[in-house]
Amino acid sequence: MNDVPQWQLWFRDEFKIKWDKLADALGKTAYMLGWSLLIGAVVGMVLALILVLCRKEGLLRNRVVYSIVNVYVNIVRSVPFIIAVFVLYGFTRMLVGKSYGPTAMLVPLVVYISPYMARLFENSLLEVSPGIIEAAQAMGATTWQIVTRFMLPEALSSIVLALTTGAVSLLGATAMAGYAGGGGVGDLALTYGYQTYNEKLMLLTVVILIVFVQLLQFLGNRIASRLRAHK
Amino acid sequence: MIDIEHVSKVFQAPSGDVQALQDVSIHVEKGDIYGIVGFSGAGKSTLLRLVNRLESPDTGTVTVAGENLSSLSKKQMLLLRRKIGMVFQQFNLLEGKSVYHNIAIPLKLAGASKAEIDKRVGEVLRFVELEDKRDNYVSQLSGGQKQRVGIARALATSPDILLCDEATSALDPQTTESILRLLQRVNREMGVTILLITHQMQVIQLICNRVAVMEGGSVVEEGTVLDVFGQPKTEVSKRFVRTVINDRVPEAFTGIVREEKRNQKVDLLKFIGDTVKEPLIANLCRMEGLEVNILGATIQEMQGSVMSVFILQLIGDEEKILEAERRIDKAGAIRERLVMDHE
Repeated sequence: MNDVPQWQLWFRDEFKIKWDKLADALGKTAYMLGWSLLIGAVVGMVLALILVLCRKEGLLRNRVVYSIVNVYVNIVRSVPFIIAVFVLYGFTRMLVGKSYGPTAMLVPLVVYISPYMARLFENSLLEVSPGIIEAAQAMGATTWQIVTRFMLPEALSSIVLALTTGAVSLLGATAMAGYAGGGGVGDLALTYGYQTYNEKLMLLTVVILIVFVQLLQFLGNRIASRLRAHK
Repeated sequence: MIDIEHVSKVFQAPSGDVQALQDVSIHVEKGDIYGIVGFSGAGKSTLLRLVNRLESPDTGTVTVAGENLSSLSKKQMLLLRRKIGMVFQQFNLLEGKSVYHNIAIPLKLAGASKAEIDKRVGEVLRFVELEDKRDNYVSQLSGGQKQRVGIARALATSPDILLCDEATSALDPQTTESILRLLQRVNREMGVTILLITHQMQVIQLICNRVAVMEGGSVVEEGTVLDVFGQPKTEVSKRFVRTVINDRVPEAFTGIVREEKRNQKVDLLKFIGDTVKEPLIANLCRMEGLEVNILGATIQEMQGSVMSVFILQLIGDEEKILEAERRIDKAGAIRERLVMDHE
């Protein structure tokens, strides 16, 4: 015990928990948040592009595809996350091989966040002026070129803001995922904090989450406004 | 160069079907600056978009540079679009990007090399006189400069045809004129055929050689600009011509006409170019028993020619007036009797 730094001892006395445990929880939360955000954003963007391109005024107008994606997004969005975790138990086990731990939790997290990201991205993409799209068509751009060279670059700052909003929502979901078997800060707050009446620890996790959200939002706003600087 | 034959198109709207185009035919020759004028909702925007297939007709054929558009594959259509530039009322530029980036886009889409792009962007920027703005952001430019960038972008791929969708409607009169002069240079120096739509008759007057007047999805009148301005046949055309050529007795002079108790007629005379050789008005003034009063006169320059408009009050016996009018007609002027309100 002699090689443990002084401040960690203080931490343990203060919060009745080892620093390592908190560090581990933070790592797990960051892991779940990072990966589910990345995968969820990619899936969400694909869904959003399908919605925007296949809608009635879209470049690839397709009522059937649009309706399927639209209904899927609405259904998934109406299921509360904690319920989705249990509904997806079997599916998760099939994909990951187990239904607990941070990696397993990525499955319900992605399923939960991707339709939400899809709606946010859909709005961002719809903000792109139809005139720009028309100009692109008039230049002889293919649909792929219109998406990659006009729609995405034009919507970029709005997409960054959507990503920020998505990340903040996702942080809330990771806390629940933690409790349902993923570990992380949420799990720490509930199992060690709430159930052992350790109010100080609960407070600490709340503060950590607040700081996390503030940081995310600050970063998102900053990047978005930099991208928007010349508009 | 562009042949639109018997084209019709209906748009389905929740409020019912809208006949956007109704048996429309127009023919644009190579080298033309062809103007389509009409009030909003006349169908001109749809007509323009037939040429690069942003709209397709329900019936009828559209032939561009010898190619029937309905027979082209999707890929061929994309290639053809690169030979047709388009300029928009709202510019439709990437506001957050540099002038260079905007003009380079169509070249990048076509797969040009960096060196080719640099060279061509430099050329078109020089042509539109914006070389010094190459690295500026579009959002920093004025409306007129933005439209110059729009034109430069449209010219980047060296098109044979330029489509202009109300290209000057968002600009002030002075800027409008400079953009029109630029379009004229595009036509003359680069040999680009221009098809434009507008609701401003000045645009037609300043640069077009042919004009089609549209109303309710149909072309109601078509011809050379001098013909349509000289003798508009339909009510819409007259309304449009009136926006640039005053053919009314000026408000301040209506009293003169109203208070004249002697027998009188008010005639509108149009002289196009130098078709009238004799000093007609001077000769009228010399006629015995006829009093000639000039109530209004304007001179309009168009198509490298001049059109002068005079409003004359002719006072005298009916016989004398008729003789004067015969004389006017014989001299080759276009004459129209104006009906005054009090009559």
